[in-house]
Parts: sequence; structure tokens; C-alpha cells
Amino acid sequence: MSERITKDMAKNIYFGGGIFAILVFAGLTFDSVKQIPELSHAENITESVVLGKKIWENNNCVGCHTLLGEGAYYAPELGNVFQRLGSSDEASFKSYMQGWMASQPLNIPDRRKMPQFHLAPEQVDNLADFLIWTSKVNTQEWPPNIQG
Amino acid sequence: MKYSSQMVAKPYFIFALVLLAGEILFGLTMSIQYIYGDFLFPAIPFNVLRMVHVNLLIVLLLFGFMGATYYLIPEEAERELWSPLLAKITFWIFLVAGVATILGYLLVPYAELAQLTMNELWPTMGREFLEQPTITKVGIVVVVLSYLLNVTMTVIKGRKTTISIILLTGLFGLAFFFLFAFYVPDNLVMDKFFWWFVVHLWVEATWELILGALLAFVLVRLTGVDREHIDKWLYLIIAMTLIAGLAGTGHHFFFIGAPGYWLWIGSIASAAEPIPFFLMILFAYNMIKNRRIQDDNKMALIWAKGTAVVGFLGAGVWGFMHTLAPVNYYTHGTQLTAAHGHLSFFGAYVMIVFTMVSYAMPILRGRPHGNNAKAQKVELASFWLMVIGMIGLTLALTVAGVMQIEMQRIPDAANAMTFMDTQATLTAVYVVRSLFGVMVFAGLLTYFASFFVKHEKVAA
Ligand code: HEC
Ligand code: HEM
Ligand code: HEM
Ligand SMILES: [Fe+2]
Repeated sequence: MSERITKDMAKNIYFGGGIFAILVFAGLTFDSVKQIPELSHAENITESVVLGKKIWENNNCVGCHTLLGEGAYYAPELGNVFQRLGSSDEASFKSYMQGWMASQPLNIPDRRKMPQFHLAPEQVDNLADFLIWTSKVNTQEWPPNIQG
Repeated sequence: MKYSSQMVAKPYFIFALVLLAGEILFGLTMSIQYIYGDFLFPAIPFNVLRMVHVNLLIVLLLFGFMGATYYLIPEEAERELWSPLLAKITFWIFLVAGVATILGYLLVPYAELAQLTMNELWPTMGREFLEQPTITKVGIVVVVLSYLLNVTMTVIKGRKTTISIILLTGLFGLAFFFLFAFYVPDNLVMDKFFWWFVVHLWVEATWELILGALLAFVLVRLTGVDREHIDKWLYLIIAMTLIAGLAGTGHHFFFIGAPGYWLWIGSIASAAEPIPFFLMILFAYNMIKNRRIQDDNKMALIWAKGTAVVGFLGAGVWGFMHTLAPVNYYTHGTQLTAAHGHLSFFGAYVMIVFTMVSYAMPILRGRPHGNNAKAQKVELASFWLMVIGMIGLTLALTVAGVMQIEMQRIPDAANAMTFMDTQATLTAVYVVRSLFGVMVFAGLLTYFASFFVKHEKVAA
């Protein structure tokens, strides 16, 4: 095939195709940015959710866990942990989170460990609010089941 | 060596290889924690090992690209580098910033590092691959800008070739998309969406331009095929890269809260992403078939072919495996992702760095005809140890991924096993992964050994 294509033709495919691809991608990006607030329920991002996200980042939780399928594969998915461990009930999820964060690391020999982060109870509440908000993002029905 | 300023490439290459040794050691350590959770815990938790592992990878690739550019650009531009001094200074700045950051990860808890570096002023930490403190990210920008200045000035003042222009385009793209690392909105979905502008648009767009240009350079030198022909191939490869790779970003937007049309657009566009990688194989073999010269540096050519083939396997084959939305629904964020991540990064980017090092280092060491036969024999052994080791590691992770999906993802809620129970059944597979990891490390040590094989002085 390559014998019939000249260098100039290849160059034109590159510039034409490249510019076309950039325009299409930029257009779709603009449209996505318009739709994401609704798909993510941005109106429910409270101050506590924002703080929770910061605590999530400052402690590098994503270095062991996935969140909506992205991150590390060493520890459970947390995008739906609100449903899994809190049965979608805010009060019981928050008390579970308080207990969970306080009792790390679990003393089970050879099992993978989660560190103790020494977070204050309000900070754990913020984390819980962040995970509750995350669990309600429209993820096109992902994950396939409650185990994440 | 035609231009004395090409010499600045040498420390970049050496340091890149040192970082690679560190990266693999941290990988091995993590792989042991996968099996014995108490190994080195709580001294170094898994997330810290992982941060060091992937950050070393990114930094070593940047060092490798910089060394490669400093070697290549003077020859392409047919003049000395604009400022060899600047290249030396940025080497040391980057080295110090890199080492300090890694030490920061290892010596203080991450939250404390965030506080020490005043992350709250402009929070950018705590996201995969972009864990560096904001101040380090600013340092990276400064280093990359001074490097771009140096390379651009050299190209402007010298001969402009297709290879150098495409390399520059890729480097400017790398710099541009890194700026998204500074954008961390409160909305997690927006955050994730633009995080991929760094990660995907690096490895599946801008870095592919760099990869294509470096591969083309080595092939020009080793085969003597005329540039008209090489340039044509290069244009075709990067055209396909952009056409498939930009909208292909959509294969990361399936399940993170982005609009549903990405299920279709991401699947279709990214299904074409293996094409440029396949073209690279055809390119390499075609140039070799039509070669006009026989270079004595056989290993450089073997690495070049290896890059094309293993890059295609890791990115093309293992990428395609999970890129269609209905498949990705089950594979998203499993060990299968890790399998693909390993073979693609290794095959495409670590191997192109090896290609450049194996081509340029003998010349920089005063051996214009390559290393002697004995050294090349040792290097060939290291090539196979590393390639087979990485493929074995990838196959082990693929088995782990498929088993994980079968036990944890496919059954309904009542029958699915928990994440932790699933992982417990995979221990034997993780042991195999570790063993192949040891093989990779042995390969790297063998590669180092090939540098020390005795050499008689060749009359220049
Ligand atoms: C060093 C790795 C590591 C880090 C960092 C880490 N975790 Fe964990 N996490 C684990 C492991 C391992 C488990 C599973 C523990 C078990 O089941 O014994 C776990 C389990 C959990 C669970 C229970 C999930 C379930 O489905 O059972 C929650 C909730 C959790 N982590 C939250 C967090 C938060 C919030 C952070 C950040 C502040 C964090 N983790 C950081 C390793 C980590
Ligand atoms: C040059 C060789 C290597 C490269 C290019 C490489 C690259 C990577 C990359 C890109 C990731 C992130 C994966 C992802 O997010 O999907 C990663 C994670 C990891 N790597 Fe490597 N790696 C290499 C060698 C090794 C070796 C030899 C081992 C151990 C035997 C290893 C063990 C790991 C582990 C355990 C993780 C963490 C996976 C997780 O999140 O659970 N790596 N590596
Ligand atoms: C050299 C080029 C490539 C490199 C270095 C690379 C690397 C990676 C890495 C490291 C990840 C994991 C990201 C994370 O941590 O979440 C990933 C994910 C992914 N890659 Fe690639 N990739 C390359 C090319 C490709 C190609 C060509 C395809 C498709 C044909 C592809 C398809 C995917 C998909 C679908 C995912 C998402 C996996 C998931 O849902 O968990 N990749 N890639
Ligand atoms: Fe991608």
C-alpha cells in the first residue's frame, strides 16, 4: 500500500486528520463539561464533601483503593462502599466509617493492611460525605455488582 | 559522535537506568506485600511503595527522552546544541528535585508531606501518577520549559527535519498537557475527566509522536534508508495516532460520570488505537528489509524491533482486550488493567529508551562501531531476560485479572465474592508474578554488566 502513498499525501493526512481529531475532541469535551454537573449531582457538593475530597487526596487513599474503578488494585473499590457497608443509610454508614478508620490496621497476620491515619471524627464524617456523594454519580450502572 | 554537545546526553541516560533499577526494586517489594501484607508494614505502606514505583517510572522516562533528544537534535539540526550548559544545569536541578521528592515520600507520612509543601495553597496532590507536591510539579514545568527552549533554539538555528519537527511537536504536547495536572476541581468527576488529559493524552497521543520520531531516527541511522521513505511512514503513524488517540480518550470516560455517548465514541475510536502501533512494526521491518548499510551495532536494531513488537503487544493487543465498553464494564480497575499498564509502558516507552541508549551510548563512549561482540552477546541475554520477564509478569497479571473478574464481577450480588476473598485465592498467581519480576531485575543487572565487558581501544 505504502508505494502508492507519497510523503506529501501522508503529511496532508497527518495535518488534516490531526486538526479534525482535535476539533472533534474539543467539541465533545465542551459538551461533557456542560453535562457533568447534572450527571454528578454537583448541586449536592457541600462544604463537607469538598473537605472530604481534600482528606482523600492528602492521605493518598487512591494509592491502595480504586474509586469508580481508577486508582490502585490492592484494596476494595470505594465508589459504592456506601451501599456495600452502609446499606445506603447515611447514619449507619457514618458510624461504620468512624469504627473502621479508628480500628486500622486490623491485627490479622499476613492480611493486607490499611494504615492508621489519625483522623479526627469530623474528618471521618467529611470522608463519609464525600464517599456518599461519589456513590450517587451516574456511572452508567457500573460496577456490575455490590462487591465493586 | 559528530557534535561534542551530544555528550550532555550521557548523564541523562545513566541516571535513567539507575532510576529504572530503583523502580523495579520497589515493584518487587510491592509484589511481596501483595502476598504478605505485613511485609515492611507499617514502615512503608503499599501506597508509598506504589507512588515511588510509578513516579520513578515517569521520571526515568522523562530523563530518557531528554537524553535521547540531546543526542538526536544536534545531528538532525547539524549544529551544536544551543546551550550545553543549560542542559547540564537542568540535569542537576531535575535530579535534586526528583531525589528530594522520592525521599519525601519515604521519610514522612503523605499527609505531612502535603502540609510541609503547603499543598493547601494550590492543592494538586493525592491523585494517581500525579502525587508529587505542587512545588515539585512547578519544578518539572521549569525543567521542561528550559529543555524545550534549548531544543527549540537548536532546531530554529539549524537544519529542520521531519524527525526533529515531530519530536518537538510531541515535546510541546507533553508540556502543554502536563498543565492539566494543576487543575483540581472540587467535583471529582471533572477532576477525573481532566486527569486523563495528562495521563491518556501523554501515553496515547503526545508521547507516541516522541516514540515515532525516536524510532525513525534510529532506523535512519542504522539502515540508511532515504528520508523521503522514513518520513512518509512517520507521518502515517502519527496521523493514525491523533485520529484514533484523541477521541480514544473516551475509553476512560465510560463509568466515571461522563455522558453516555462516550460508551460508543470511546469504544469505536480507541478500537483504532492499535493501528499506529501495528504500523510501527511494519515500519521497522520494512526499513530493515530495504536497508542500505550494515551497522555493527546489532543490538540497537534488535531493541528497535523489540520496541515495535512489544509496544504493539502491550498497547495494541492488551489495550484492545479491554477497550470496548461492554468488556471494560467487567474489567475496569482489575488486575487486567495492571497487566496492560505494565506491558505497554515497558514495551513502548522503557524499550525506546533502551533503544536510544544502546544506539548512542557506545558512540558516546568512543566506540563508533558499537560494542564488541562479547558485550553485545551479554546485552542480547539481558534483552531476552527483560522481555520474557515482562511478558511473563503480564501473563500472570492477566490470569489474576480473569480470575478476579470471574469470581468478583460476573456473578450476581448474592454469589459474588468480596474483593478481599477473591484476592486471597490469587496468591499463587502473585508468586509467579514476583518470580518473573526477579527475572526482569536480573535482566537489568545483565544489561549493566554489558557496559563493563572489556574493550580494546578501536583506532578512530
Ligand atoms: C496502604 C493501603 C491503604 C490505604 C492508603 C488506604 N486503605 Fe483503605 N483499605 C486497605 C485494605 C487492605 C483494606 C481491606 C482491609 C480488610 O478487609 O482487612 C481497606 C479497606 C477499606 C475500607 C472498607 C472497604 C470494604 O469494602 O470492606 C474503607 C471504607 C477504606 N479502606 C477507606 C479508606 C480511606 C478513606 C482511605 C484514605 C484515608 C484508605 N482507605 C486508605 C488499604 C488501604
Ligand atoms: C520496567 C518495568 C515496569 C514498569 C514499566 C512498570 C509499570 C507500572 C505501572 C504503569 C503501574 C501502574 C499500573 C496501573 O495503574 O494500572 C505499576 C504498578 C505496579 N507494579 Fe510495576 N512496572 C514495572 C515493573 C514491575 C515489577 C518487576 C513488579 C514486581 C514484580 C511490579 C509490580 C507492580 C505492582 C505490585 C503495582 C501496583 C499494582 C496495584 O495497583 O495494585 N512492577 N507498574
Ligand atoms: C503505550 C501506550 C499505552 C500505555 C503506556 C498505556 C498505559 C495504561 C495505564 C497505565 C492504564 C491504567 C490507568 C489507571 O491507573 O487507571 C491504562 C488503562 C487503559 N488503557 Fe492503556 N496504555 C497504552 C495504550 C493503550 C491502547 C492503544 C489502548 C486501546 C486499544 C488502551 C486501552 C486502555 C483502557 C481501556 C484502559 C482502562 C482500563 C480500566 O478501565 O481499568 N491503552 N493504560
Ligand atoms: Fe487510554
